[in-house]
Amino acid sequence: MKLELRGITKRFGDLIANDHIDLTVEEGEIHCLLGENGAGKSTLMNVLYGLYQAEEGDILIDDEVRHFAGPGDAMRSGIGMVHQHFMLIPVFTVAENVALGHEQVYGPGLLNLDAARTLVRDISARFGFDIDPDALVEDLPVGVQQRVEIVKALSREAKVLVFDEPTAVLTPQETDEFMAIMRQLKSEGTSIVFITHKLREVREVADRITVIRLGKVVGEADPNAGKEELASLMVGRAVDLTIDKAPAQLTDNSLVIDKLSIADETGHRSVRELSVTVQGGEILAIAGVQGNGQTELAEALLGMQERASGSITLNGTELLGLNARQILDAGVGYVPEDRTVDGLVGGFSVAENLMLDRSDGEPFVKFGTLQTDVLNEFATEKLESYDIRSQSIHEHVSKLSGGNQQKVVLAREMSRELSLLVVSQPTRGLDVGSIEFVHEQIVGVRDRGVPVIVVSTELDEVVSLADRIAVMYKGQIVGIVPADTPREKLGLMMAGERITEEAA
Amino acid sequence: MTLTKTSEGKSLTGTKIDRRSWKLPIAFAIVSVFSGVLFVGFAEDAPTGFNLSTGSDLIQLPVVHLPALATGIVVTILTALIALGSAFMISQDRTVPKWIPIVGAILALTGFLTWAAADETLRVPELLAGSLVLAVPLVFGALGGVISERVGVVNIAIEAQLLAGAFVSAVVGTLTGSAFAGLFAAAVAGMLVSFLLSVFAIKYLVNQIIVGVVINVLVSGLTGFLYSTWLTDNPEQLNNPEGFSTLAIPILSGIPIIGPVLFKQTLIVYLLYIIVAAVAFALYRTRWGLRLRAVGEHPKAADTVGINVTLTRFWNVALAGAIAGLGGAFITLSQTGQFGKDVTAGAGFIALAAVIFGRWDPIKATLAALLFGFASNLQNALSVVGSPVPSEFMLMLPYVVTIIAVAGLVGKSRPPAASGTPYIKG
Repeated sequence: MKLELRGITKRFGDLIANDHIDLTVEEGEIHCLLGENGAGKSTLMNVLYGLYQAEEGDILIDDEVRHFAGPGDAMRSGIGMVHQHFMLIPVFTVAENVALGHEQVYGPGLLNLDAARTLVRDISARFGFDIDPDALVEDLPVGVQQRVEIVKALSREAKVLVFDEPTAVLTPQETDEFMAIMRQLKSEGTSIVFITHKLREVREVADRITVIRLGKVVGEADPNAGKEELASLMVGRAVDLTIDKAPAQLTDNSLVIDKLSIADETGHRSVRELSVTVQGGEILAIAGVQGNGQTELAEALLGMQERASGSITLNGTELLGLNARQILDAGVGYVPEDRTVDGLVGGFSVAENLMLDRSDGEPFVKFGTLQTDVLNEFATEKLESYDIRSQSIHEHVSKLSGGNQQKVVLAREMSRELSLLVVSQPTRGLDVGSIEFVHEQIVGVRDRGVPVIVVSTELDEVVSLADRIAVMYKGQIVGIVPADTPREKLGLMMAGERITEEAA
Repeated sequence: MTLTKTSEGKSLTGTKIDRRSWKLPIAFAIVSVFSGVLFVGFAEDAPTGFNLSTGSDLIQLPVVHLPALATGIVVTILTALIALGSAFMISQDRTVPKWIPIVGAILALTGFLTWAAADETLRVPELLAGSLVLAVPLVFGALGGVISERVGVVNIAIEAQLLAGAFVSAVVGTLTGSAFAGLFAAAVAGMLVSFLLSVFAIKYLVNQIIVGVVINVLVSGLTGFLYSTWLTDNPEQLNNPEGFSTLAIPILSGIPIIGPVLFKQTLIVYLLYIIVAAVAFALYRTRWGLRLRAVGEHPKAADTVGINVTLTRFWNVALAGAIAGLGGAFITLSQTGQFGKDVTAGAGFIALAAVIFGRWDPIKATLAALLFGFASNLQNALSVVGSPVPSEFMLMLPYVVTIIAVAGLVGKSRPPAASGTPYIKG
């Protein structure tokens, strides 16, 4: 089946998310859609899948114009989609999820789940998946959930499969397996649209590459093109993918985490007896697939996990048991993984967000009154030094782009005298330009002799920022290795393989 | 080394304590103390009779007599044993079997009834039948709540749906002279209230709790106004509906105790049995149920497989309203015989509690509603035999039971994930 998008234009108010985009996917090819976050890739695919209606343009299947009023129409035309956030119902079984929407029934509507079970087993067998049709989806690991999504799409006889950032949640090994699945699908004649911003994967698997920037197609690229070339096409200017940093100059400052365990309210332990030491002047990157306890570990460092035991000492002071205020006063800077939820108050101005952590006294508050002059001066200075692109310091922070929001968080956290910096997912959802800036700032703090912990699920980021890498798996550190450790080995560690001391 | 070990050991117990719940032993310790003071300390030394049969039963059971003081002592000791036993089991990290709290509750209830009705005879089938009658509107309301919340719309407006059903069934029932027409009109009225909820909650994305509360006030005001200006002037022509008469099902109604309770009821109650069974079955076994639950759990996922979330919600909320409306019809056509201002008297809110207590499951919500009905009827039964408990206190009982049930016994329950969240495409 040949799929063609012609002149697709989609607007959200004044914003043009897709501007006359043309795209042709031939039968049995893997077509990569490459672009930065916010370039309009997902919007385009949602138009294709009938979730959004385009203002202009046509969707053609085998040279015939089709109109999709909803996902049901798209599915009937043979288009399947595996969304970035899985569209599975956690409390349903695999079979129920696969059946949903095109259920086989007896008589007036009695579910025939056996048919769905058979379907799951048959498709799983074809691809060598090990999926129990009666398992609850919420109990399945992320990699398996993704396979359930693939089974779901194939069970509807999809001829074109769209994968939206499918590898974001996978370990390197799972990613390799996923690539193999894509090739197998291709060999069966399925066309694949593979949306990603990861250059490595594109070069490995793509037959054709279309690059999208700011809602427009900027060109096709050769799969054999170099990474730098693809990156500059994606960003629109020459990009330096490496980070310049001097060798670590260790200082006496240190963070010592000893046998830290964190439990949730059901007693499940997300972090188990974790011990690690971070010296001043080094960046310890914590790598791992999302959901292996990194979030909880970072939160515990700021005193936001109630059920934590063990000890966290910063330059000899015990942090565990202190509240967030006391920990901030001890000089801990903290950049949360989700800036919109935990890092900023969207409805507050840039200036107010910059002083959120210092509302308890001078210089910003005197006799319980906000010192607006002091604040405005402070905010104006930060706006300039951190290159925060905002109309004014009084602009609501929610109106800023992701990169500028992250700069506001960094500016706030770095404006205090730091004795420890914890940064979670420093560049999630940022454009390449902002990434460079954020990385420079983090390295700057390290060069001042402060211990720095970076938690990131992006292996590229981990490798380029870290002085040492600690890999977390199921709440424990499976190994601490130098930054130049080969990716294959890191990948194995992310899947839980322990690395012996001599290797580190 | 030793130091870190201790701290780790501490944390281990710490995490385990979080998982244990001491509610059960604490509750039974309180029951035991209460029983010791009241049922033993203030006991009348006279036997209490429990009449287990009605006059028309095929098999006549003898009247059971329990000595009040002795029963009080036994109940106090046994509940204390349950408290200690379950505390021991929890401290050993063993799960307390489910029958233990049930047996304990029955014991406590027996103790209470024996004490309250000392020197009198309680007619058990009448007590239970009365409970069922009081529970019927609650069950209808709770089913409406379960369906609505399962599809993702919080239904605070159950009270309004009951009230609208009660009003319309009285008027239509009187005008047409047909109880069936009244019943049907009640379902339509409940559905109309649902439409109002749907329009604001689904189309205009107004906060569902607020819409629900406003609708309750609106329907209460509207029916109250129409009642005082219209129905009170012409009670004979407008507010004198033909009720449903009691239909005894042959054979089944002859079963001792449960026969006269369950099978000597009006048509609406038999309809209720069918609806409960149908909803409980269909929610988990049919395409309708699967889609309904999908929309309530993860509307976007449902949308991506081609299910129309808005329509699914709209029609199922309408269905929920229709079922709740039938509960309103029961009030006027079977219970009171006519409409009165705010005749539902908060039944909708108790039904809402039953939805939560029943963890959004039709069967469990029905059982919860029956429990609340029983608590309400206890007051009637005891005032007849003249109990030592002040009647004002007994009037509180259903609400006290509701609060204890919802706050204390529900524990952690997981509502449908998308309940109360409007679905915005994209």
